[in-house]
Amino acid sequence: MTPVSYRAAFSLIVKRDLMIAFRHRDDIINPLLFFIIVVTLFPLGIGPESSTLSRIAPGIIWVAALLATLLSLDRLFKSDHLDGSLEQMLLSPQPIFILVLAKIVAHWLLTGLPLILIAPLLAVLLHLHESSYGALMFTLLLGTPILSLLGAIGVALTVGIKKGGVLLSLLVLPLYIPVLIFATSAIDSAAMNLPYNGQLAIIAAIFFASLTLAPFAVSAALKVSTN
Amino acid sequence: MLNLNSTTQDANQTDTCLLSAVNLTCIREERMLFEQLNISISAGDIVQIEGPNGSGKTSLLRILAGLSQPYEGAVYFQTENISQQRENFHENLLYLGHLPGVKGEMTALENLEFNLNLHGINNKNAERTLAEVSLLGFEDALASHLSAGQHRRIALARLWQSRAKIWILDEPFTAIDKLGVEKLEQLFLQHADNGGCVILTTHQDLTIPPERMKKVTLAYRFY
Amino acid sequence: MMWKWLHPYANPEVSYHFAGKLLPWCTRLAFIFLSVGMVWALLFAPADYQQGDTFRIFYLHVPAAMLSMGIYLGMAIAALSSLVWQLKLADASAAAMAPIGATFTFIALVTGAAWGKPMWGTWWIWDARLTSELILLFLYLGVIALHNAFEDKSLAGKAAGILALVGVINLPIIKYSVEWWNTLHQGATVGKLGQPSMSADMFWPFLVCFIGFSFFVTALICLRFRSEVLTRNSMRPWVRTLVANEENKHAI
Repeated sequence: MTPVSYRAAFSLIVKRDLMIAFRHRDDIINPLLFFIIVVTLFPLGIGPESSTLSRIAPGIIWVAALLATLLSLDRLFKSDHLDGSLEQMLLSPQPIFILVLAKIVAHWLLTGLPLILIAPLLAVLLHLHESSYGALMFTLLLGTPILSLLGAIGVALTVGIKKGGVLLSLLVLPLYIPVLIFATSAIDSAAMNLPYNGQLAIIAAIFFASLTLAPFAVSAALKVSTN
Repeated sequence: MLNLNSTTQDANQTDTCLLSAVNLTCIREERMLFEQLNISISAGDIVQIEGPNGSGKTSLLRILAGLSQPYEGAVYFQTENISQQRENFHENLLYLGHLPGVKGEMTALENLEFNLNLHGINNKNAERTLAEVSLLGFEDALASHLSAGQHRRIALARLWQSRAKIWILDEPFTAIDKLGVEKLEQLFLQHADNGGCVILTTHQDLTIPPERMKKVTLAYRFY
Repeated sequence: MMWKWLHPYANPEVSYHFAGKLLPWCTRLAFIFLSVGMVWALLFAPADYQQGDTFRIFYLHVPAAMLSMGIYLGMAIAALSSLVWQLKLADASAAAMAPIGATFTFIALVTGAAWGKPMWGTWWIWDARLTSELILLFLYLGVIALHNAFEDKSLAGKAAGILALVGVINLPIIKYSVEWWNTLHQGATVGKLGQPSMSADMFWPFLVCFIGFSFFVTALICLRFRSEVLTRNSMRPWVRTLVANEENKHAI
């Protein structure tokens, strides 16, 4: 028996998840479309004055990103749970930590990254203040992985439940509040040409804390869900 | 309270004991499935878990595989609790449950290769192995185009490449034709002769000689 | 079991009867403390020089808010001991605490709003404390909803326990972020909830009320804990004899 190195196991699972997603592209595209549509709804609901829009743009983009991530979370474990491949992965001789982290990284590559790429375009539609673009990108870059990490805990807890969708949002959204607060405030500060390193540092701290702690919570939750 | 006639308990060669369950109690949805169950399985054993539907056969297999936690009691691989040596135990375990664990978005071959790779087995012979389960010609077909029986055979193909000592198989013969069943039975005997063990549930009559089979019977309990 | 002294209480029957013994004492103490405290606080304690008698809702609002946080912490500790030391009854007690905690959070919110109305002229204001309390309510509701979603009670307990632990790690971060957010947007708020420096003739009735509410909560937890233990052990012989005895009593 040649033991699989952690890195090999990690990349094996990331590759598999990416392959599955690329053969089933709706899963990548639909949350993105949702993100775009939600953002477009706001000017229609509030009115097209650019001053109002640029005032609320950070909040809209971030709330829409939260909701889009939430919609895509099911993909993380649900289908693997339904067809039994999740329990096969839990029975593999690799630490669950590695498997979980690999799946979360794949999820971020498939949802977080596209959101980041499309966000500047939506920022243009919302007349985001010009000096805020950097802050928007930085907060999304640091913040969207947190959304995937914390969201994974929620999915892992609800994956065995038949109608887990609404429950998932109840579990996960309150956990997203700090990221929302610090990210939007960083973008606001940037709009006023104030430094926003402080907010970024806090988001980074939340990122590293969830990177180290979330996989353990996810592993424990998966053990309960597949019980 | 011990209501099982386990013939495996008299296995006294403790030195070759691979897997043992001590005082297992399982409660599901406030119903006691079994209580104080003791099983010990040695190298060379083929053990069939019997019992009516709802008697806890699947629960027992899942506990033995470490997927579920018993209410009380513990499972030991060789001499150590499986929860203390998860990775080592999993290197020696092959579990196939009701669900085949096959992804519809991947081809038959990719599915098999992924599962082999995950367990550290190189996939040079993967195509030949698919031939063993009569999936020759379906290697590159997306699994979503294949039938449930074929999914099951993709999962079972791993048995031919497995280096795990302990095989735990929940209804492995479902949706498998007669010829396939015979082939699997031969494989089980061969595996047992090579120092492995097989624990399975099935509703089918097997052709494995009775002296090679050990049976654990679970009774249905109403509370 | 590593914790020898905890061992007898890991037995459901023993802890069921222990909670049963605790219950009447907690109820009595809660009754005494609450009646003394409430009469003192509502009739005899001095009115606030700015807010007048409106201020007296403080004697309900603050204990409820403190207990809502305390119960969440207790729930997380129970969940931790259930997950780490495999104490089976710990998740029964966590399950017993969640709805009580949620109720007290709700009381804190309602009394906060009622206090805010005469002060700010509006029922709701995005005050840091009220907002954290609202988010705490969401966290409680998540735990309760998750617990109800599982058919199997022991799995439900474990899942809800993990969520409670994740929540308790997040709670300080959420609280800090909300406070920070609130000071940032200070211009929008009318003013903070008055938390006057308490004089002694306000502090003592408050303390009595708080102790009374704490006993009340303990009694409620005992009550719910007992019913949790019973439902989880409904197939055990001791529960069956218990039920049989009850039935006999009523037959006579």
